[in-house]
Amino acid sequence: MSETPMWASESFWKKMAVWVTAGSFLILVVLTFDTLKQTTAGGERVPAYSVINKKIDYQYDEALHKFMPVIGGEELLFGKVFSEEEAEQLVTLGKKTTQAKNCMNCHTLLGNGAYYAPDLTKAWLDQGWLTVELREEQMIKFLMDPEKNARTFGTGRKMPNLDITEEEAKGVIAFLKWMSSIDTNGFPYNFTTIYAEDD
Amino acid sequence: MSANSETATPTPSSLKAKLQAFHSWAGVDDSTLNNGQKLAVKYFMGAVILFIFQILFGLLAGLQFIAPGFLYDILDFSVNRMVHINAMILWMLYGFIGCTYWLLEDESGTEIAGLKFGILGFWVFSAAITVVVLVYLLVQTGAGNDTTLWLINEGREYIEAPRWADIGIVIVMLIFFYNVVMTFSKGKWSGIAGVLTLDLVALAGLYVAGMFYMTNITHEQFWWWWVIHLWVEATWEVLVGVIMAWSLMTILGVSRKIVTTWLYIEVALMFGSGILGLGHHYFWIGTPEYWLTIGGFFSALEPIPLVAMVVHAVYDSGERGFKNMNHPAMAWLIAHAFGNFFGAGVWGFMHTLPQINLYTHGTQWSASHGHLAFFGAYATINIAFFYIAIQHWRGNVWMGAESQNAWRWKWALALLNIGVLGMTIALLIAGYEQSFIERAIEGSTWGGYFAAQTHPSFLSAMHWRMLFGWITAAGLGLLVWDLLTIGKGETRKAEVITQTE
Ligand code: HEM
Ligand code: HEM
Ligand SMILES: [Fe+2]
Repeated sequence: MSETPMWASESFWKKMAVWVTAGSFLILVVLTFDTLKQTTAGGERVPAYSVINKKIDYQYDEALHKFMPVIGGEELLFGKVFSEEEAEQLVTLGKKTTQAKNCMNCHTLLGNGAYYAPDLTKAWLDQGWLTVELREEQMIKFLMDPEKNARTFGTGRKMPNLDITEEEAKGVIAFLKWMSSIDTNGFPYNFTTIYAEDD
Repeated sequence: MSANSETATPTPSSLKAKLQAFHSWAGVDDSTLNNGQKLAVKYFMGAVILFIFQILFGLLAGLQFIAPGFLYDILDFSVNRMVHINAMILWMLYGFIGCTYWLLEDESGTEIAGLKFGILGFWVFSAAITVVVLVYLLVQTGAGNDTTLWLINEGREYIEAPRWADIGIVIVMLIFFYNVVMTFSKGKWSGIAGVLTLDLVALAGLYVAGMFYMTNITHEQFWWWWVIHLWVEATWEVLVGVIMAWSLMTILGVSRKIVTTWLYIEVALMFGSGILGLGHHYFWIGTPEYWLTIGGFFSALEPIPLVAMVVHAVYDSGERGFKNMNHPAMAWLIAHAFGNFFGAGVWGFMHTLPQINLYTHGTQWSASHGHLAFFGAYATINIAFFYIAIQHWRGNVWMGAESQNAWRWKWALALLNIGVLGMTIALLIAGYEQSFIERAIEGSTWGGYFAAQTHPSFLSAMHWRMLFGWITAAGLGLLVWDLLTIGKGETRKAEVITQTE
């Protein structure tokens, strides 16, 4: 005589399907609460928006064996001290601008998006802006008129003119500065920042 | 064969007349379809049109890698790419909705509950998509404020549709969902029906997770991945599991007990690995370190259900000597089983551990995987269903390998698969080169990015991608031609497949 063992039966797998799904989802929900709490702006992993008042660098941490953002002393953006509220407002304008201009369909942000243009995760720290002194002005000029200020490094790929206003450009820069301070578990690896020569 | 006079659509009569003329030209016969199936074929036609759009805009975006000045400031890369991937998501959703309406009456044993709403939903959805795409193409971008996010573009890859359209999509999904639940409740429930319904709740619910603005980009991407990942690696996988189960039962005659048991196994394995596998997108976006372990571990298990699926499909087909009544559909179902396994399972696995992903993240590597996975897993099974539908619509005629003009479906199958596989390999080479040069050596600076983009192996990869892109497009052209003509003039009926107990 032969019969189907329990573990090959329809009813067994039906129960498995229900329990495995419910269990996994429950774990995900718990982890989601924890993750959202740990990554609220103002925490350790994701700094407060007023971090735009400070010097941000990105260096290899010998103890942790990974690259980490290094937040230093005061280094004002546009020569101004932003209160927490003002900083959030400016970063918000910048974030909305990145969405409204569809940046993510050419660039990656935190490594997600499109692959037609460079990653923006550490754009604020890139040596492409030449010097720390020139950086802000370079960025504003570039964002407002990328067609004329583009350096295409031999690819011929130019960012299109997206009608970004000066206010929006400043918002985007604040957003990029803030984003560069996020602890991304060491991505990107081996990045050399605009401050590298100073050390 | 004459077109049926009763096309239950609320369109003006001139359009109705044109539609009828088209029906009789195409040799399709509405009287062979039940009401759910009549609704389904509308969705299938919409899907094919959107598929054509997807490929057209993919070609434009691909060309811009080679000739960046092409359409610069007119239709920029960002616009073309957005239409490319949005059209893809939408045609696949159209296909899935169509498949569901197709099997609804058969599976529930009763008539569809809210046919009028279903038809209305279709036209509202299609009109909304038309408006969204026109705005994408003509307005493109707006100022950095909420008005833009509500009316023009939300600027979040895959779910760019502006907020008003999001709300519309949710309403249409609710109508769809109402139809499914009410029809099964009125008729009878089955294992397949139960899995389908619960999966659709999850699928629609997840979309809502993508409907909020957040300044904190870590939170924003956290929820964004809930939609993208939990769609393609959980709810969509289970949905195609349902479609596969039903198809094997109807075109091959596999017994209901076997397909239902397999479906439960797939749900357990897919959700068991895919839900926490979400963590493979939480390595580098600011989220805590424990995701490296959880994401790496569970996503590495995701290929298991995909292997199971191949075994299931191939074993059940082999056992019946592949004897079936719709050869093109059967071929595409087998392409689905393998495509899903390779595109999602193998290509996904290759870059899913954090130690590797640190270098491949955000390179053409991801694009390589994205192409093979979406095509292999989801384009294929939708195409299989187009063939199942067209067979019935043409009066259930025989569709075999030796039928008249069978070369068309065979060549469409070959060209599409070779085209996408070729693009995948080209992008993989570009991705490896980027991982080495941009990420590992140059440390992902802008200088490193451009060093990788101008490397000879990258440049030639872009040309190969384009060549295989043209092959893909040729395959699609042939596919559309074949769908318009296959079985026309065929008099032999498909034999009736009896289901084994
Ligand atoms: C049919 C199922 C799947 C589809 C349609 C799919 C599609 C995609 C797409 C389009 C992306 C790129 C997302 C972006 O634009 O940023 C992606 C990323 C990714 N997928 Fe999949 N995928 C599937 C299954 C899998 C599986 C089973 C695995 C793992 C075993 C996997 C691993 C990954 C990883 C690690 C990434 C991140 C790439 C990066 O870091 O840039 N995928 N997937
Ligand atoms: C004529 C054929 C095609 C061409 C030339 C083409 C071209 C492209 C291009 C240029 C991109 C942008 C990649 C980047 O950001 O660098 C892209 C993205 C994408 N395409 Fe295609 N494509 C084609 C067909 C397809 C097909 C058949 C599918 C799937 C069914 C597909 C799915 C995708 C996906 C999912 C992405 C986003 C990938 C990611 O973000 O990682 N494409 N395609
Ligand atoms: Fe994923």
